[in-house]
Amino acid sequence: MSEQAPTALASDLRQDATGIPVLSGKGVTKVFESGGKKNVAVDHVDFEFRQGELVSIVGESGSGKTTLVKMLLGLTAISEGDIYYMGTKRDISTRGKKKEYWKGIQAIFQDPFSSYNIFHKIDAVLLDCLNMRGLGKLPKEKKLELITEACSFVNLKYAELTNKYPFELSGGQQQRLMIARIFLLKPRILLADEPTSMIDACSRATILDMLLNLRNETGMMIIFVTHDIGLAYYISDAIYIMERGKFVEHGKADQVILTPTADYTKRLVNDVPKIHQPWDFSVNFGK
Amino acid sequence: MGKAMLEVRELTTKYITRFHEDVYAVDHVSFTVEEGKSIGIAGESGCGKSTLALSLMGYYFPPLHYTSGDIIIDGKNISGMNPDDVRVKILGTEIAYIPQAAMNALNPTRKILKFIEDVILAHDPKQSKNDIRDLARKRFEVLNLPADVLNRHPVELSGGMKQRTVIAISTILSPKVLIADEPSSALDVTSQKLVIKMIRDMMDMGFIKSMIFITHELPLLYNVTDSILVMYAGQLVESGLAKQMIFDPVHPYSKGLMDSIIVPEEGTRDVKLTAIPGTPPNLKNPPSGCRFADRCKYAQKLCKSFEVSMRKFGEVSPEGDTSERNRAYRCLIPVHELKESYDKEREGGLSS
Ligand SMILES: Nc1ncnc2c1ncn2[C@@H]1O[C@H](COP(=O)(O)OP(=O)(O)OP(=O)(O)O)[C@@H](O)[C@H]1O
Ligand SMILES: Nc1ncnc2c1ncn2[C@@H]1O[C@H](COP(=O)(O)OP(=O)(O)O)[C@@H](O)[C@H]1O
Ligand code: SF4
Ligand SMILES: [Mg+2]
Ligand SMILES: [Mg+2]
Repeated sequence: MSEQAPTALASDLRQDATGIPVLSGKGVTKVFESGGKKNVAVDHVDFEFRQGELVSIVGESGSGKTTLVKMLLGLTAISEGDIYYMGTKRDISTRGKKKEYWKGIQAIFQDPFSSYNIFHKIDAVLLDCLNMRGLGKLPKEKKLELITEACSFVNLKYAELTNKYPFELSGGQQQRLMIARIFLLKPRILLADEPTSMIDACSRATILDMLLNLRNETGMMIIFVTHDIGLAYYISDAIYIMERGKFVEHGKADQVILTPTADYTKRLVNDVPKIHQPWDFSVNFGK
Repeated sequence: MGKAMLEVRELTTKYITRFHEDVYAVDHVSFTVEEGKSIGIAGESGCGKSTLALSLMGYYFPPLHYTSGDIIIDGKNISGMNPDDVRVKILGTEIAYIPQAAMNALNPTRKILKFIEDVILAHDPKQSKNDIRDLARKRFEVLNLPADVLNRHPVELSGGMKQRTVIAISTILSPKVLIADEPSSALDVTSQKLVIKMIRDMMDMGFIKSMIFITHELPLLYNVTDSILVMYAGQLVESGLAKQMIFDPVHPYSKGLMDSIIVPEEGTRDVKLTAIPGTPPNLKNPPSGCRFADRCKYAQKLCKSFEVSMRKFGEVSPEGDTSERNRAYRCLIPVHELKESYDKEREGGLSS
């Protein structure tokens, strides 16, 4: 009657951070200046993300998460500090070098529309991924085969998508299309900025399942940016907590969430509604 | 049983689209909320939660249309009322409504106190401004909202403070039913907690006589409401106490929802996260029989040909606990068989 429900047991897929560092940073800072006023959006952060790891960056609205993601992607200039890619200082000073960098690092954004040109048909969006990977010269049948495979990986039927525009898809289908793109691009690093924020828990489980499978299949490293502490706890190997532009705490997921040391982390964890323990209304850290 | 504050009987409402198609987003929905109680509504995006909220408050402006059924507030049937009358006679005193984006709905250039004057004067034009100010001050004080907020403008308030202020304004006349549709979903966890704490206080102090709380965030619902209704494709599929629904769901769809809960609590990292395959049916043309059949792993041949209705189940426990008695579900398979299947799967999941 029905297809088998997809399931993900995150613990099977979690990894120890023994891989080589693929992306790291020292003193990475972003200052926005407007009308003589300085706004330090990201404030001297250090980090080291390793091969195959799933890392979450957690923080409240405005804490600087998206700004950091944009610097990691090379979409925003860094005000101070350095980013290292595959062990050496990142160089994206020319268009060519930037393009090469983007073969290795890709993003899924808060707003699904920002990831691709919505005025291109879905076929073009997917073909473009193959071009970016340098597979533009493959025979047509082979390309079609890869695209069909990517669609079925996310439970979409290519036959039902061809000749349509992305905005003709439902929200859930659009999210899946983004993951199909990642499947085709097979980047070394995937940045996912709140890819599930707008959807309900049930569709969220489906998306997570697909991302985790994708990680398992390709060994890519995932950086997950979210407000959702429960979600970060569930999927991550390591968690970085961001408060007003600074990383106030980082470590293994269990350690950061179950035995937090920073007041900010304590407050965040404390304020999430629970189902096994009572939701504590009494304690309030600051605010 | 306590006094019924809100009784909904077989309520059916629809959207008429630009292409003159009917979308039955609320389809024969029935439930009761007693005085002092709160009920939660859960379900995937598009299942009809917000439409139910609008329908309950009589907000019948195109494309939304009333079709049939009754809405009875504290004994008074409001279902036939014209929407403009509803606005004057019902909103504020009988029902208050807080949508998700309520905080952005306030005119940013008016003082908070002015909004409160509007709400009260619309209901009773003879009230003096002094009395209104006193009432507002007292209410803000017991709700732990700073009194100076009354003299501020919405733009000066943070998102969380704005949302709490909106809630205080819309409930200033102590309504019989508060309908809150995702009131804290756009907020950070700390602001969310403050909003929820305030709503709880208002229930305890009797400023709200009953509540309908809508969200797809199940742990939140569990902490806020006494009982939970699960909605699927415009219909209710299960109802029960919050605890029963979260920890012991019966309907295969509710079970699927509860299996997708993620909380940052010890041990939960090693629990299997299950997703329900597929997507909900299109409400323009809902399938016959059980609407969940295409996604249900327990589906049988009969499921698609029988119109399944909500059935009561549950027994009085030996200790005389009657809480199990008020549960209901919409499925052809007997409760004990479903539970056996769930138990088996759980064991299978643990041993493998
Ligand atoms: N282009 C910009 N110009 C000026 N200031 C900016 C710009 N982009 C971001 N900021 C500021 O930088 C800070 C961090 O913003 P950022 O978008 O990185 O937060 P975030 O953690 O991603 O928040 P959210 O959780 O809401 O997505 C904020 O103070 C924001 O106003
Ligand atoms: N203005 C509208 N016109 C036509 N259909 C609508 C309109 N608003 C919502 N719907 C449809 O009604 C159904 C229920 O939507 P909604 O009540 O918003 O769900 P929820 O709040 O549970 O996400 C969906 O199928 C949706 O597409
Ligand atoms: S009636 Fe059949 S298809 Fe519907 S929920 Fe029950 S078992 Fe599943
Ligand atoms: Mg952001
Ligand atoms: Mg809604």
